[in-house]
Amino acid sequence: MKKLLSTVACGLVAMSLGQAAFADADDHKLSVDGVAISTDAKPMEGGPLDELISGWRFRSKETQSLQTDDFDNPSFVFVEDGEALFAAVDGSEGKSCSNCHEDVAEFAGLRPTLPRWNEAKGKLYSMEQYINDCRVDRMGADKWKWTGSNMTAMTSLISLQSRGMPISVATDGPVAEAYEQGKEIFYTRVGQLDMACANCHEDNYGAYIRADHLSQGQINGFPTYRLKNAKMNSIHARFKGCMKNIRAEPYKPGSAEFQALELYVASRGNGLSVESPSVRN
Amino acid sequence: MRSIAIAAIGAAFFATAVNAAEVAPDSVMFGEDGVVSASLTGAPGDPAKGKSVFVNRKLGNCLACHVNSDATEQSFHGEIGPSLDGAASRWNEAELRGILVNSKMTFDDSMMPSFYRLVNGVRTMKKFQGKTILTAAQLEDVLAYLQTLKE
Ligand code: HEC
Ligand code: HEC
Repeated sequence: MKKLLSTVACGLVAMSLGQAAFADADDHKLSVDGVAISTDAKPMEGGPLDELISGWRFRSKETQSLQTDDFDNPSFVFVEDGEALFAAVDGSEGKSCSNCHEDVAEFAGLRPTLPRWNEAKGKLYSMEQYINDCRVDRMGADKWKWTGSNMTAMTSLISLQSRGMPISVATDGPVAEAYEQGKEIFYTRVGQLDMACANCHEDNYGAYIRADHLSQGQINGFPTYRLKNAKMNSIHARFKGCMKNIRAEPYKPGSAEFQALELYVASRGNGLSVESPSVRN
Repeated sequence: MRSIAIAAIGAAFFATAVNAAEVAPDSVMFGEDGVVSASLTGAPGDPAKGKSVFVNRKLGNCLACHVNSDATEQSFHGEIGPSLDGAASRWNEAELRGILVNSKMTFDDSMMPSFYRLVNGVRTMKKFQGKTILTAAQLEDVLAYLQTLKE
């Protein structure tokens, strides 16, 4: 009864404010330097969402426009850092990435499949781990920090090679367990404010939470340049930020929990186009 | 045996004497539909202070989720919950107190935080563990402010 009452009240408000029914995603079309990139997709049958929409569609026109031209996109300063790092010799073996991978373009198609099962290592692997394995095992160099600026420069460069390709992570077989764990985390209420990812990004996407227009929390645009901190942000850094906002102790970037969550959130966007490196506020 | 009982009474008396009439978060009594009839402080709240707690992003942050035409000087009102315009015409004092103390007792599975509850979501940050979002006095102040929001 009470519930009904508040729902009715809610409906009245939306009308009296004259807002376009809950200020949903807009219908803008993204094209980067003239090449169209789809910002929505049909979800797989039986999934949790009945429409898939990229975070780009929930941003302001000004923020959106920064992503329509690589010259305006602030991420490209960092992509250039990534190119320099790709060619730079580092570590005891006197090698650079480009000694083994002649052209970074050969990584086209990688980003949409990550994270994925690494058969040799017997565990779920994110892009950061593949990069660090090369650094340590093949170059004799130090690991990069998961969320550090060298790492995000490199993941930005490598992800860019797959721009426009549909996300398609596998959720079955050896990763099924991680998928279930990620799903569990997504729906578990955490922190003093007692909220789950799903409260904001499934139940309320399209609505404003104070000044923030809630998106579906998709990760097809990562790494993403945020106007807020003027740098590239990794997927795990974003998860950490959202958890801290609800006064929850975040898992560690690179932890099995965040990797499981990465896999699950990626799968929720299966079909959306890779937009990396994107721009958000 | 006797002296133990007396000592226990003494300790209990001391504990309550410290915080006069304040109701501890874990001894709030809920009535039907999650109402809380008794004041948490035993004293009336201050609506002006309540409004500042209401808008403060580190305290109530109520505007994160609610529109309130009485606070248009504050930019950005969220739209997760219903507008609070006329809230006091829809809900009485005990109902409003109940919603603030623990929204989930009134609305199943609500997304609204419970402002006077000790145990919340898992993995609560250390510095917020065992603490309520608002103090009893802040909650009564917000409640006094909400009661001014009449149609
Ligand atoms: C209290 C609300 C809230 C909760 C709970 C929350 N987030 Fe967010 N999240 C936001 C806001 C606000 C933004 C910025 C606007 C947007 O993209 O939605 C955001 C952004 C994101 C983004 C970036 C989307 C993009 O396109 O750039 C991701 C990914 C994300 N959240 C994932 C999560 C995950 C995973 C959880 C749970 C661990 C979570 N969020 C919990 C509010 C929340
Ligand atoms: C994160 C979101 C959120 C925050 C923060 C929040 N609320 Fe709510 N509130 C809701 C939702 C959602 C409802 C509707 C009930 C439901 O469906 O759970 C609600 C319902 C209410 C109601 C009943 C309104 C009606 O007419 O039915 C009142 C009163 C209220 N909230 C007051 C407050 C006050 C005061 C604060 C701050 C101290 C606050 N809320 C903070 C989400 C929130």
